[in-house]
Amino acid sequence: MSLSRQDVEKIAHLARLQITEEQIPGFAAQLSNILAFVEQMNSARTAGVEPMAHPFDTPTRMRDDVVTEINEREVMQSIAPAVEAGLYLVPKVIE
Amino acid sequence: MSWEPVIGLEIHAQLQTKSKIFSGASTAFGSEPNTQACIIDLGMPGVLPVLNREAVRMAIAFGLAIGAPVAPRSIFARKNYFYPDLPKGYQISQYETPIVGKGSVRILMDDGAVREIGVTRAHLEEDAGKSLHEDFHGMSGIDLNRAGTPLLEIVSEPDMRSAKEAVAYMKTIHALVRYLGICDGNMQEGSFRCDANVSVRRGGDPKFGTRCEIKNINSFRFVERAINHEIERQIEVIEGGGKIDQETRLYDPDRNETRTMRSKEEANDYRYFPDPDLLPVVVDDAFVAAVRDSLPELPEAKRERFMAHYALSAYDAGVLTASRELADYYESTVAAANGESKFAANWVMGDLAAFLNKEGREIADSPVTPAMLGSLVNRIVDKTISGTIAKKVFELMWNGEGDPDAVIARHGLKQVTDTGAIEKAIAEVMAENPQQLGQYRSGKDKLFGFFVGQVMKKTQGKASPEQVNALLKDKLAP
Repeated sequence: MSLSRQDVEKIAHLARLQITEEQIPGFAAQLSNILAFVEQMNSARTAGVEPMAHPFDTPTRMRDDVVTEINEREVMQSIAPAVEAGLYLVPKVIE
Repeated sequence: MSWEPVIGLEIHAQLQTKSKIFSGASTAFGSEPNTQACIIDLGMPGVLPVLNREAVRMAIAFGLAIGAPVAPRSIFARKNYFYPDLPKGYQISQYETPIVGKGSVRILMDDGAVREIGVTRAHLEEDAGKSLHEDFHGMSGIDLNRAGTPLLEIVSEPDMRSAKEAVAYMKTIHALVRYLGICDGNMQEGSFRCDANVSVRRGGDPKFGTRCEIKNINSFRFVERAINHEIERQIEVIEGGGKIDQETRLYDPDRNETRTMRSKEEANDYRYFPDPDLLPVVVDDAFVAAVRDSLPELPEAKRERFMAHYALSAYDAGVLTASRELADYYESTVAAANGESKFAANWVMGDLAAFLNKEGREIADSPVTPAMLGSLVNRIVDKTISGTIAKKVFELMWNGEGDPDAVIARHGLKQVTDTGAIEKAIAEVMAENPQQLGQYRSGKDKLFGFFVGQVMKKTQGKASPEQVNALLKDKLAP
C-alpha cells in the first residue's frame, strides 16, 4: 500500500505538523515503507497467539489512593509564556 | 406517519478518589487554579503514569452492580487530539478492551412501568482541564486542576425511545453511582455529565436514522428539553424533505436549542493506540470478590424490600430510595415511630420534603432528625395531637424548638379530649350561629363541616377531630 499526497497532508494535519511541499514525496515513501513492513508482519501466522499490549508482558502496578503531590504552581508557571490569575493563557480557542 | 426517537447516552461520572487516576495530585473541587496540577498531569517530559487502585475498584463495583463482566485484563489507550485543556495532546482512555463489559439496568417510569436498558460498556479514563473563555486580552485561560481526575464513561445501548426514558435512565445511573459511593453526582460541579445520541425513524422501520450527538447537558431538566428539542428538529428537517447530517451539536439552555459544533467531515480522527506507558490492567478473582463483598444494598433491591417490608407503593418506594441518605433517614424514622411505615412515609415525602425543598437543603442538614419525626408520628398515633396540629409542631421543630414532646408542652398543643370542654365550645358555636343551625336542621347537611370548622377554631385546632365529629352529630340533631 502506498500513501497519497492527501494521506500525508491529513496525517500531518492530525499531528499538527507543518510540512513543506518538497517534504511530501519523501514522507509518503517513508510512511509507505512502514505500512509495507506491517503488511509483511501480517503474513506471520498468529492464530492462537494472545495479542500483547506491551512488550513487557506483565500487569501494571497500581498505587494506593493517597495525595502525594504538593502545590508547585509557581515553579510550573515560571516556564509558561503567559499566565494570569493562576491560569495558563493560550491563544483564544473559541470565537 | 408517526416517528420513533432512538436515544443512547454516554455518561461521564467522576470517580470520587482522593488523588488522580495516574498521579498523586489532589482531586478536590474548587481549589485555586492549577494548584493541583502536578508534572504528570501537565505531561512534562519523562513522567510516567501510575494507576490508582481505588479508581479500578470503583469501576469494578459499577460493573458488578449492572451485572456486567469485569475484564480480567484491560488496556489503556491514547486518544489523540489537540486542545489546550489536554496538556499531553492525548487522553488516556480505554478503547478496545474496557474494564466493564455489557450489563443492564432497569428503569422505573412514572406510570410504574419497568424497562430494561442495556449498558454497552464502561471504561476508565482521565478528565481534561477547563478552558475559561472570558476575555484575558483576547486569550483563553486554562485551569488544569481537573486534568487527570478519574472518569468512568458509561455508554448505553440505543435502547431509549423517549426523552422521559433517557431522563429515567440517567437518574437510575445517578442513584446507582451515589449508592455505590463512587461518584458524588454533583452535576453543577460537573461530576456527573451526559452526552446524548439522538436519531428518529419512522415507526416500524428496523433501521436507525442518522444520529446527532448532543453535548454539554448538565442537568436532568436539560436532558429532557435538549432531547425533545433535537427530536423535533430532526423530524422537521426530514419532513421538510431534508436529511440529517451526522454531527455533534451543542445544547444552549438559555435559548433551548441545539446548534452545530462540528460535522462528521471535520470530526476528530483520534488515532487510538495502546499507551506504551501503561501495562495491561490485570484484575484477579480475589479483587473482584472483595469488591463484591463490599457492595451495599442497591437501589432496586432496596425499593423492592421497602415495598415488601413497609407495604409501600412502587412510587413511594421509588421516591424514598432515590438516595441512600433519604432511604436511611426513612428507615430510622420508621424505627423511631414503632413501625408506622406509612405514616412515616407520608411525613418524609410530604412536610419534610417540602421544607427541605423550600430551603434548598439536603436531607443530611435537616434540623428535624429521624428520632424527632418518629416521635411526632407516635404523638399522632397515641392521639396526643391531631394531624393538623402535628404540622404546626413539625414547623416548630424545624425552627429549632427541639423534640415534639417539648414543643407540645411549651406551646400547649396537647389535643383536647375533655368532653366537657368540647361540649362547651359546641354550645357556644351553636348559640353564635342560629341561622346556620336552622338551615342545618332543615336538611342542609353540608353545613356540618362549617360547624366542625368553628369548633376547631374555638379550640385553636386542639380539639380531637373525632370527638368533635361525634359530639356535634349528637348536639346538632334536631
